Amino acid sequence: MQIHHQKHHQAYVTNYNNALEQLDQAVSKGDASAVVKLQSAIKFNGGGHVNHSIFWKNLAPVKEGGGEPPKGALGGAIDTHFGSLEGLVKKMSAEGAALQGSGWVWLGLDKELKKLVVDTTANQDPLVTKGGSLVPLVGIDVWEHAYYLQYKNVRPEYLKNVWKVINWKYASEVYEKECK
Amino acid sequence: MAIRSVASRKTLAGLKETSSRLLGLRSIQTFTLPDLPYDYSALEPAISGEIMQIHHQKHHQAYVTNYNNALEQLDQAVNKGDASGVVKLQSAIKFNGGGHVNHSIFWKNLAPVKEGGGEPPKGALGYAIDTHFGSLEGLVKKMSAEGAALQGSGWVWLGLDKELKKLVVDTTANQDPLVTKGGSLVPLVGIDVWEHAYYLQYKNVRPEYLKNVWKVVNWKYASEVYKECK
Repeated sequence: MQIHHQKHHQAYVTNYNNALEQLDQAVSKGDASAVVKLQSAIKFNGGGHVNHSIFWKNLAPVKEGGGEPPKGALGGAIDTHFGSLEGLVKKMSAEGAALQGSGWVWLGLDKELKKLVVDTTANQDPLVTKGGSLVPLVGIDVWEHAYYLQYKNVRPEYLKNVWKVINWKYASEVYEKECK
Repeated sequence: MAIRSVASRKTLAGLKETSSRLLGLRSIQTFTLPDLPYDYSALEPAISGEIMQIHHQKHHQAYVTNYNNALEQLDQAVNKGDASGVVKLQSAIKFNGGGHVNHSIFWKNLAPVKEGGGEPPKGALGYAIDTHFGSLEGLVKKMSAEGAALQGSGWVWLGLDKELKKLVVDTTANQDPLVTKGGSLVPLVGIDVWEHAYYLQYKNVRPEYLKNVWKVVNWKYASEVYKECK
């Protein structure tokens, strides 16, 4: 957690700020070529910042409700779309384990179609890159840095255990807000 | 019925293959994990024995296992004329086959210091490096920078473009082999920059890993490949 937060996320923040500064200069100068060149750094670092900011809220200590199943509207929607919370967890864990390389596995809400979806993104692509109407509810980081020191190569074991600290209260709040 | 075999990619000497089972009238060749030519701890302190063991016995082994499975499924799909199934398997084949190809090269790209690891390349390759990059330091600087900047998982390569007859530095994502960046590219040196290649020892500081890995790069092997391809 400490390295993930203080090193990885901090680096995304630092590099994103640098990229934004350079972008500002390039835009001011009318340097379209430079503006385009900066998009990779902006997407990667901006995405890293967005994703990790969500991630920290997606997690909670057990004594603060981490791992407690979702109730209310989100709980109902999960049962409707995936049969049960176990069904959702199984699907997300499988997709997370199968992800090639670095990326994230998401539970999202498709605002337009009004349904829950499970999807993955590569590297630091935010969920919105998979569809403009997708709102991230829960994201699980499956980059090796998210688990390697503890779980080594056994990503499925990390995915089995991470659900014990998922903060469904936060996901429910986002869901209810977007469903208004 | 004619006996057909699914072509196996034997791109390098040293890839151990076991001609194995017969599926009906057809046989596929499967792959096995190549042995390391040195002990797991032999590359210390540049790369820890713990990393080498997990990297070889877990990561590379998984690519081999999953590649063999994908090849079996491919064979069945081809036999059944299931084009959709064949296409669906390409992702697993590329990823796991690529992982096997890449790591097989990687183990040969490394050597303990007492077996020449880190010793600068001489001869034709040394000269070509000076020609194209100014110096070995210049090449190392470029590869380290590109490796550090690689977003996500992947590899940084020194390759030979057989057609253009020049050395190139390039990167590939995930387990894409160098040949996916150009059909005439021959990998000479590949550095794995997936986090599993360094994290247990270097944590998030990939540049530190890249600084140290050169101390165990086996330029003798790269020179042999280079000479063979000219």
